[in-house]
Amino acid sequence: MTHIDVQVNGEDWGLDVEAGTYLLELLRDRMQLTGAKVCCLEGECGACTVVIDGKSVNSCLILAAETDGAKITTVEALSRSDGNLDGLQTAFLEKAAAQCGFCIPGQLMAAHALLETNHEPTKAEVREALAGNLCRCAGYEQIVEAVLAAAGLPGKGGES
Amino acid sequence: MSGMIGDSPPRVGGPERVRGTLEYVADIRFGDALHVKLVTLDVARARIDSIDTSRAESVDGVVSVFTPEDLPSPMPRFGPQFHDRPLLATGETKYHGEPVAAVVAETPEAAARAAALVSVGHLPLDGGVFTVEAALDPSSPLVQDPSIRGPGDPRAESNVLSEHRFEWGDMESARADHVVDQTYNFPMVTQFAIEPHAFVAVPDDGGGVEVWSSVQHPFLLQKVLSQILDLPLSRVRVHAPDPGGGFGGKQNPKHEALVAFIALHHGRPARLVLSLGETFQTVRRTSARIRARSGFLSDGTIVFQEFVSDFLIGAYVDIADRVTGKSNYLAAGPYRVPNVRIVARALLSHTTPSTAMRGFGAPQLSWAREANIDQAARELGLDPLQIRLTNLARHGEQFVPNETPADGQWEEVLRRTADLIDWGAPLPEGRGRGLAVGLKSGPTTGLSYATVRLLADGSSLIFAGTSDMGQGARTIFAQIVAEELGVTHDRITVVMGDTTRVPYDQQTSASRSSVLMGTAVYNACQDIRSRLAVLVAGKHGADPESVTVEKGTVTLPDGTTTPIPEAIGVTLGRLGGEIIGNGEMRVEGDPDHPLGGRAVFFELHCAACEVEIDTETGEIEVTRYVTVGDVGKALNPLQVAGQDEGAAIMGLGHTLMERMILDGSGRILNMGAVDYRILTHMDVPEVMISDSIENADGPGPYGIKGVSEGGLLATSPAVAAAVTSASGAVIRDLPITPERIWRALQSRL
Repeated sequence: MTHIDVQVNGEDWGLDVEAGTYLLELLRDRMQLTGAKVCCLEGECGACTVVIDGKSVNSCLILAAETDGAKITTVEALSRSDGNLDGLQTAFLEKAAAQCGFCIPGQLMAAHALLETNHEPTKAEVREALAGNLCRCAGYEQIVEAVLAAAGLPGKGGES
Repeated sequence: MSGMIGDSPPRVGGPERVRGTLEYVADIRFGDALHVKLVTLDVARARIDSIDTSRAESVDGVVSVFTPEDLPSPMPRFGPQFHDRPLLATGETKYHGEPVAAVVAETPEAAARAAALVSVGHLPLDGGVFTVEAALDPSSPLVQDPSIRGPGDPRAESNVLSEHRFEWGDMESARADHVVDQTYNFPMVTQFAIEPHAFVAVPDDGGGVEVWSSVQHPFLLQKVLSQILDLPLSRVRVHAPDPGGGFGGKQNPKHEALVAFIALHHGRPARLVLSLGETFQTVRRTSARIRARSGFLSDGTIVFQEFVSDFLIGAYVDIADRVTGKSNYLAAGPYRVPNVRIVARALLSHTTPSTAMRGFGAPQLSWAREANIDQAARELGLDPLQIRLTNLARHGEQFVPNETPADGQWEEVLRRTADLIDWGAPLPEGRGRGLAVGLKSGPTTGLSYATVRLLADGSSLIFAGTSDMGQGARTIFAQIVAEELGVTHDRITVVMGDTTRVPYDQQTSASRSSVLMGTAVYNACQDIRSRLAVLVAGKHGADPESVTVEKGTVTLPDGTTTPIPEAIGVTLGRLGGEIIGNGEMRVEGDPDHPLGGRAVFFELHCAACEVEIDTETGEIEVTRYVTVGDVGKALNPLQVAGQDEGAAIMGLGHTLMERMILDGSGRILNMGAVDYRILTHMDVPEVMISDSIENADGPGPYGIKGVSEGGLLATSPAVAAAVTSASGAVIRDLPITPERIWRALQSRL
């Protein structure tokens, strides 16, 4: 057992974790934060993406014990403090970017991390930042459109 | 936004999806749940001699290890077409990953640890059938015990499960100026829903069972469980939370019955969540080898077409025999072909059982047929667009005997596609353009019920048995109610996914739901309007015939109009209450039709693309992609584009990169996201254009047709044609990898 102190979605947690427990399990099983999803468990699909200290990471690859002292944000904390959806979430709805929805928390968190550091990404930069987030409904076009719209940038819709 | 038809209101269920609060099966917490892990062998075909569970049972937290001995004898078998799939393998495993036992433990970790300690005494058997060639070889071992096939099946002693023969015209006397005769291969690919299948069973206090499954057909699952568990339908409650993608792979029951036996045995909830790798061992698309022989006049007119299709379906039939028959019936596509012969075989093999997957066999056929046509165009010096227009069936034309006539202005689809890809405009060196057409039959039978409740405050509840797996069915049904009853989008709740709460629906497949369940919802709205007219008339002492209730509005004999949502409260009066409307949509089918029924509608799609080829390396980039469907009417244009582009991108997957690779003992070597690649954000064509032809000529409300599969029907042949046009390389085996392009170019030197 290792003791860790982490801040998850603004809330401080001090807890003991097994050496082999991954962050994804910690979030889902002990904190009941099931927005991060389980799919490949090998860091290839991005369904479990969360933001740690400003960077988007696959929570299936990070040991919980490694997160001591970290600030972790999951999709559950994206919406505003008044409960309303934030700009990224609203843009995903407006562009119909969420189809089955299973990959969407991961897509949102990868996009959130991008927009925190790059306020005016190009389409290519959005695609690259989200390259690790698979969507089998393949709403890729709509997802990229939504991220650009959230950043206040024109997308394909602006052209036609 | 009113959210009526033709708008694109926000997806119903969208806010939950972007908040991360929508609960998929694996997200739902069940107190006291037992965790199940399947025990499998690292080989496809093996004789099972013994199962020693003692070491596994000694692991802390293990509750039991289920083997066939713990299940009823004879072993229950099930399947949508044949009752052939056992709950656990008996005697012999038939494919890599077939479960031989199941560990039940207090934690997933204990279950996984113990599963590795179950000692299965087994002898790997040679001669496993992994290819079409092996399946057709009479010396190969039989995949299926002939007794399962039943007496009187002349093919029971072979691996040919079925042979579908369709023929019209006179093949023998058909004379062509030019004949193209080639064989094409379509690989094994898997549905790869990002949500792996998940199953939970909970015993209820009355001897029944509740099951949660990421299933597309909750009512079929209810029926299968009822049969296997010998319970009345009313004691089997299936919860089907919105699946995280289905694509056909979640249509039919899989491990639910096994999990239900475990839950009932222990009197506790039991939960099985597959890994992504395990889903590769659970579902895939039928692979195929198709020989297509087409005869043409020198002006491009098709004189005859002959197809010999071998679909390798896997170890159990699931729905794959239907995939084989239904797709091959339309092998000749949307063309006027006077002489046709189709021989389609469904072949058993020691591989993952294949099942429905987006397109239901049609992408395999269009791969062969359209490539045949492109080769003819090249050899006859004809324009690939023109040769298709020459042969394309016109609206109302009976292009396949006894089938639904062509149900759209299909030439408009081709012309729009050609316009959007700048067909005929010059291209730089190394670039090429291709265009192809796909056709798929929609449902051939159907039964959907819907209930709509108009509440006293003018809001509304919709109850429908469709599974919303991303196609957006909830939104479509809400739009129909908004249109018909005038209830605004934000005042409608759509209830699905629970066999105890919603009325029966046959299934969510074949792009049927907008048309069939949509009609049921529409009819339920009509029912409400008639009831409301009677109530309003009674209140005003008027003749019900004199009160009109039309789209959203009540009109009294004196001409006064009131919106329905306002009229309802006044009309119901002091006690309040509601008006309940029921709707039904039934398509009985036709027992004399080779498929048991005519197509309710067709999905006709045209794809075109531009590619750039590096002739030194064979690297390929699809730079521009156009997809156009004949949709009748886009009820929700944003959702139509999502389905259309999503299907096209999935089609680019099997066209460019996807295939399951087996080793010599039938093991899947690339079982997961690292080694089995699907398109990422980075792989999407730089320009992606989706468009629809809308002539309101479909059978659903407002003239709609189904739209969810068309986008991938013609992807592969369009890309292949573009590759040939760019580089001269002709590829007849999917996927079109850089290596295959490079080799094809080398062989031309």
